[in-house]
Amino acid sequence: MSGLTQSTPGAAQSDAAPEKELRPPSYWPFVVPALVVVIAIIIFPWVFTIWMSLNEWKVGSSTTFVGFSNYLRLTSDPRFIEAIEHTLVYTILSVLLPLVLGTFAAVVFHQKFPGRGFLRGVFIMPMMATPVAIALVWTMMFHPQLGVLNYLLSLVGIPAQLWVFHPATVIPSLVLVETWQWTPLVMLIVLGGLAAIPTEPYESAQIDGASIWQVFRYITLPLITPFLFIAGMIRMIDAVKSFDIIFAITQGGPGSASETINIYLYSVAFSYYDLGYGSAIAVVFFLLIVLLAAVMLYARQRMLWTEIASDT
Amino acid sequence: MTPRQIIGKIGLWFSVFVIVSPAILFFLWMLSVSLKFEIDNAAYPPVFIPEHVAWKNYADVLASNRFLTYFINSLIVTGSATLLALLVGVPAGYGIARMAAHKSAIVILIARITPGLSYLIPLFLMFQWLGLLGTLVPQIIIHLVVTVPIVIWIMIGYFETTPMELEEAALIDGATRWQVFRHVALPIAKPGIAVAFILAVIFSWNNFVFGIVLAGRETRTLPVAVYNMISFDQLSWGPLAAAALIVTLPVLLLTVFAQRQIVAGLTAGAVKGG
Repeated sequence: MSGLTQSTPGAAQSDAAPEKELRPPSYWPFVVPALVVVIAIIIFPWVFTIWMSLNEWKVGSSTTFVGFSNYLRLTSDPRFIEAIEHTLVYTILSVLLPLVLGTFAAVVFHQKFPGRGFLRGVFIMPMMATPVAIALVWTMMFHPQLGVLNYLLSLVGIPAQLWVFHPATVIPSLVLVETWQWTPLVMLIVLGGLAAIPTEPYESAQIDGASIWQVFRYITLPLITPFLFIAGMIRMIDAVKSFDIIFAITQGGPGSASETINIYLYSVAFSYYDLGYGSAIAVVFFLLIVLLAAVMLYARQRMLWTEIASDT
Repeated sequence: MTPRQIIGKIGLWFSVFVIVSPAILFFLWMLSVSLKFEIDNAAYPPVFIPEHVAWKNYADVLASNRFLTYFINSLIVTGSATLLALLVGVPAGYGIARMAAHKSAIVILIARITPGLSYLIPLFLMFQWLGLLGTLVPQIIIHLVVTVPIVIWIMIGYFETTPMELEEAALIDGATRWQVFRHVALPIAKPGIAVAFILAVIFSWNNFVFGIVLAGRETRTLPVAVYNMISFDQLSWGPLAAAALIVTLPVLLLTVFAQRQIVAGLTAGAVKGG
């Protein structure tokens, strides 16, 4: 915004000096109500969570300050370590699959065809629909005897699977739901990127007789990489935190085969009511998400540098 | 048309079919299950279009008086949380955009990254101490965690693109900042407010995790009610699917009819809270 006001010559510049003194305080009243709300529901809970994580804090009994022992307990909690592994596997798959499929869908929806607007609306329905309602229907579809998925597999000669009812297949099955649900978001972001690409490179490629794959690989893909990165980042943050789908379909089971950090956090805090330990998990969980985001940013930075290096 | 163009056309339509069919087939199957009697739902191979349509499934769900209670709960929670968020979030977005206080957006980002459960632990205790559990108030307040960041984020982006000239002219004519906001900026921002409203409604309506902790028997919202149906009341699929479809139908209709606003809002980066 500041760029806009500065670019208007003459009039704006003449009153710039008194405006500058007046402006900052006079807009504060607009922000104050939201500030109060944000402090009450976002900042205060965070501070309180950190405080609780330093205490032995169980519902119905007195609390005692225990320093970092909740955090130390995490390092030797096999269920927590296992939950980290599940979360990482779940997240990596739930980022990569929607990225690939979403990019493909974006390239298709970038073409002009009749009914495109309507079909795009249908395509984004999975991510807007109520997750619990969806999870319920997927649970029915996963049913080993009566589920429609095993029937569909039998049509192409693949033996029946146990899907979410077997430890080995539960995470891939949940990723299937997550991918079905969130590929549209990747599609929308990449579609925005495609709309911004100039047409000239395509025209010259067509004259040179490049194949569809070559055009995609050497023109489209490099130009949409920034958007793929943003989509990957958003997808990562959402996949790590995924709760509704997992909780409603498996509750972390069978056994603890699909127990991610978020599901474990729920059990600790609201099944065992061990709020101090739960708070420690919440803090570590948040730091883990920040760490993953930082790693992605770093990788992106490295990529940019190698690109520049190879250009010269 | 040359052969190459024809192949291209076929390839395009085949791709469209492949991309869209998982969504279409899923929702058609959901509809099919919700309209079948139990014999058809337990049949193998599965029946897609039943001989006898079980409208009864829907009648049963709607007739249970609890369902109406939960529907009203959902309306109150989502409605209040969205209106409150607009009330504080729209002026805040305006103030932040005009002050160019971009650093304040970091708070919104933190809110975006934080798992919803982390808010629940401290706020759950607060509500317990305040004796609010058992009413809808805790859920309304905690849904603000979802709605307020969405509204502020979208409104910052929107007010940054609206022209300043009119506002400056009004200021020179002696209008107060509040009058400028109320009579100049706000009317122009209506489309942005619509986007914020729609997304806040959808993500609040869909929210499950807050309700499952904070809702009692009388204060459940629809997603929680549907989840509880799975575990306790029902094992027959027809009424379950009917209930699931009723819960998500308002959102699906919004998606179809307000697609432009939703796409604009989502690509602005303000996706999902909590």
